[in-house]
Amino acid sequence: MKDTLANTEKKTAYILTLPAVTLVFAIILFPIFANVWISFKEVELKDIRIPEPRAKKIVKSISKDPSKIKILYKLRNSSLLQEIRDVSFQDKFPKNFEIEKLDPRCDYQKYTLKCKFGNWPAKYRENFQIVFGTNDGSNIDKKVLKSTKPKLNGSSDNILLNTNFTLKNFKKVLFDNEFVDLLLTTFYYTFFGTLGSIIFGILTAQMVNQKFYGRTFMRSVLLFPYVAPVVALAYTWELLLDPNSGTLNSLLINYQVIETPINLLGQKYININILGFDFKLRLALTTVIMFEIWRYFPLAFLFILARLQAIPKELYEAADVDGASPFQKFFNITLPQITAVISILFMIRFIWNFNKFEDVFLLTGGASGTRTLPINVYQQGFAISDIGMGSAVSMVIVVLLLLFMFFYFKLLGKRVDEN
Amino acid sequence: MRTKNSILFTLITSFFLIFIVSIWKILATLQGLNIQSFNLQIIFIFGLLISFANLRIGSKIKIFYKSIIFSLIFVICDGYIIQKLPLWYNIGIFIILYFFVNKINKYSFKDLKEQHSTQVIFFDFLTLFGILFFSFVILFPFYMMLITSFKTQIALLVNPLDFSINFSQDFKDLFKSYFVIFKSYKFGQYILTSTIVSVGTVIITLIFAIPAAYAIARLNFFGKTFMSTSILIIYMFPAIVLVIPLYTIFSQLGLRNSIEGLLIVYTATTLPVAIYMLQGYFKSIPKELEEAAILDKLSWFGIITKIIIPLSIPAISSVALYVFMIAWNEFLFSLMFLDNPNSFTLSRAIQYLSGDAETPRQYLMAGSVIVTLPVLFIFVYFEKYLVSGLTAGSVKG
Repeated sequence: MKDTLANTEKKTAYILTLPAVTLVFAIILFPIFANVWISFKEVELKDIRIPEPRAKKIVKSISKDPSKIKILYKLRNSSLLQEIRDVSFQDKFPKNFEIEKLDPRCDYQKYTLKCKFGNWPAKYRENFQIVFGTNDGSNIDKKVLKSTKPKLNGSSDNILLNTNFTLKNFKKVLFDNEFVDLLLTTFYYTFFGTLGSIIFGILTAQMVNQKFYGRTFMRSVLLFPYVAPVVALAYTWELLLDPNSGTLNSLLINYQVIETPINLLGQKYININILGFDFKLRLALTTVIMFEIWRYFPLAFLFILARLQAIPKELYEAADVDGASPFQKFFNITLPQITAVISILFMIRFIWNFNKFEDVFLLTGGASGTRTLPINVYQQGFAISDIGMGSAVSMVIVVLLLLFMFFYFKLLGKRVDEN
Repeated sequence: MRTKNSILFTLITSFFLIFIVSIWKILATLQGLNIQSFNLQIIFIFGLLISFANLRIGSKIKIFYKSIIFSLIFVICDGYIIQKLPLWYNIGIFIILYFFVNKINKYSFKDLKEQHSTQVIFFDFLTLFGILFFSFVILFPFYMMLITSFKTQIALLVNPLDFSINFSQDFKDLFKSYFVIFKSYKFGQYILTSTIVSVGTVIITLIFAIPAAYAIARLNFFGKTFMSTSILIIYMFPAIVLVIPLYTIFSQLGLRNSIEGLLIVYTATTLPVAIYMLQGYFKSIPKELEEAAILDKLSWFGIITKIIIPLSIPAISSVALYVFMIAWNEFLFSLMFLDNPNSFTLSRAIQYLSGDAETPRQYLMAGSVIVTLPVLFIFVYFEKYLVSGLTAGSVKG
C-alpha cells in the first residue's frame, strides 16, 4: 500500500515536471549539443536554408476567347547548391475546368492537377504551361484562379545532418592573429566591468544604508539603469557621447575643458599624459566598460544593501563604545561582513559580463577595439555568415567559462577550508 | 587639533559647495544660458569664507537669518555682478546656498574637538555628494532621452546644449516625433507585438513553472535533487551560445520571424529562474493545508489551483513581473530571429530604425521613451514585488 502511494507520487511528479523539463531540454540543452556538432562542420549561412521547390503562378488570358485561359508556372529550385529529389506538384481548379493538353508528367483528376517532376538539380528553372477551357463555355474569373496557390514538395540532403567533420573552424579561431587580442579585450571588458560595478555597488549601498530624506526614492532611482531596456539606454548614451553634436562633448567644449570633440565610442586609443608618462588608453573600450558599470552596478547595490541591512547593529554600537572611527568601522566590521556577497557577485557578474553581447553590439558594433568574444560569435556567424566558425567561437566561450568556474570554486573551496 | 579640524572642515565643505553649484550651472547651461566657466576659484573662496564665518558666528544669530544673509551675499556676488544671469538661475543658487548653510550649521567648534570628527564630517558630506552625484549620473540620460524626443532636427543641430522645451507651441508639433513613429514606422504594431510576446511569455512560463516548482518543493521522486541543482546552472548558461544552433534549427523549422518562435525561446530561458523562485516560496507554505486537502481527496490539480496558487499570489506576481520585464527588454534573440519588419518587437524595431543613418535621432529617442516608460512605470509601481524578484532571480542580465 505504501509502495503504491510512493509510486503515484512519483508519477505525479514526473507529469508535473515533464512540460518544463522537455521545453528546457529542447531549447537550452539540445542546442548546446547542437553547437558542439556544428562547430566541427563547415557550414555557411546559405547552407542551412533547406532547398525548396518553388512555383510562381501567372494567369494569362487567350485573346478573344474568354472561356479559355493559359496558366504559366515559373518553376525553380530555390537553392543554388543542392539538388531536390522527387518534386511533386499539386494545384486546384474550379469545377467547370477542363484541361486541353496534358503534360505526360501530370495527371488531372477531380479538378486537381498533380504532377511528378522528378529530380531538380541546383539552380533548376522551367516554365511550365497549361491551357484550360471551361466545359460549359462560361467566362473565366481570373481572380479565383490567382487566389489558389500550388503546393510543391520535395526532399533534399540536409548539410547539417551528414557526418563530415573537420577541425578547420577551431584551427582558424585559435591560430588567428587577432585571437590573443580578442581574449584580452574580453578579459578587460569583463574584469573591469565587474570590478567597477562592485565598487560602485558598495559605495551606493553604504550610502543608501544611512537615513536621509528620500531614501526609498533614491533606491528606486539607483535601479533604473538595470531595469530599463538596453536598446533605449545604449542609443541614449550614443547620442550623449556623439562627437559632432553630443551633449557631453558640447558641454566640455563650452567650458573650455577640451578644444576639439573626442569620439568616445569611435576612437581606439587616446594618448594620456600623467606625471610626464605617456601611455595609450583604449578609449572606446573604456567607454563601453563605463556603460557596463553604469548599467550593472545596481545589481551589486541591491545585493550588498540587503546584506548590510542584515548586519547586527550591536556590532557598530560596540565599536562606538571602543571609540572606533568611521573608517575603522567600515574596514573592520562592514567589509568582512559583505565579502561573501561580494565573492558571489563577482562570479555572477563575471560570467554574465563575459557573455554580454547586446551592450557592446549596440554601442560600437565591435568596432574600434571593442570586439569581445560574444561579438565575434555574431560577426563570424552572421556578418561573415560562417555558422561553423561562429559555433567554434562560442565553444571557446563555454570552455573558458567552465575553466573559470572550476578555478573559482577551487579557490573558494580552499578559502572556506582555511576558515 | 581644533585648527586642523577646522581647516579640513572648511575645505571639505567648500569642495562640496563647488560640486553642487557646478551641477546647477550645468543644468542651467542646458536650459540655454550662456555660462562659459564654472568660476571655481570664486566659489571655492566663498565656500571657505562662508563655512569659516559660520563656525565663528556659531549660534549667535538665528540659523534662518544667517542662511539668508550668506545666501544673499553669495548670490549678489556670483550671480548678479559677475555673470548677469536671469532671475530663476539666481533663485536656484539662493536655494542651494540656503541648503548648504543649513547643512554646515550642524557642525560647531565643539563638534570639531571630538574624536574622529573630520572622518565623520567627511563621510557625511561624501554621502550627500554620492546622493547628488548618482542621481545626476543616472537620471541625466533618461532626462536627455525624454527632452530629445520633443525637439526638432534643426534645433538639435543648431544648439545641442539647448534642452529647453517650448511649451507654447502646438500640441501636435510638440509630440511630432511620436506621431511620426506611430504613423510612418508602425510603432503601434510593434507595441502590440511586444505586449503579446511579453504577456504570452509570462502566462506560458507560469503554466509550466507552477506545477514543476510544486513537484520539486513537495513531492519525492528520483532525480529531484539533480533537477533543483541543475536549474541554476542551466540559467547561468550563456545565451550567445544558444543563438547559432537555435537560429539554424528555427530556420529549418520555419519558426524564424514568428511570435511563436520568440515565445518558445523566452519561455525556455525564463523557466529555470521562475521555477527556482516559486519552489522556494512553495516550501514556506505549511504542509498541513495540503494534508487536509489530500484527505478530502483533492487531486494534485486541485491542490495546486485551490491551495497553492491562492496562497502564493505575492510570489507569483513577483515572478510574473520579473519575467515580463525580461521578455519586454530582451534584445539578442529578437535581433537574431526577426528580420521581417512585420514581426518586430519594440526593441528590435528601434535597433532597425537606428540602422538607417538618416533616421532623425528624435524619432529614435521617442521610440526609446516608448519602450522604457512601461518598464519604469511597472517598476516604480510594483517596486516591492520586483525588487524581491530581482534579488531572487539575481543573475539575469
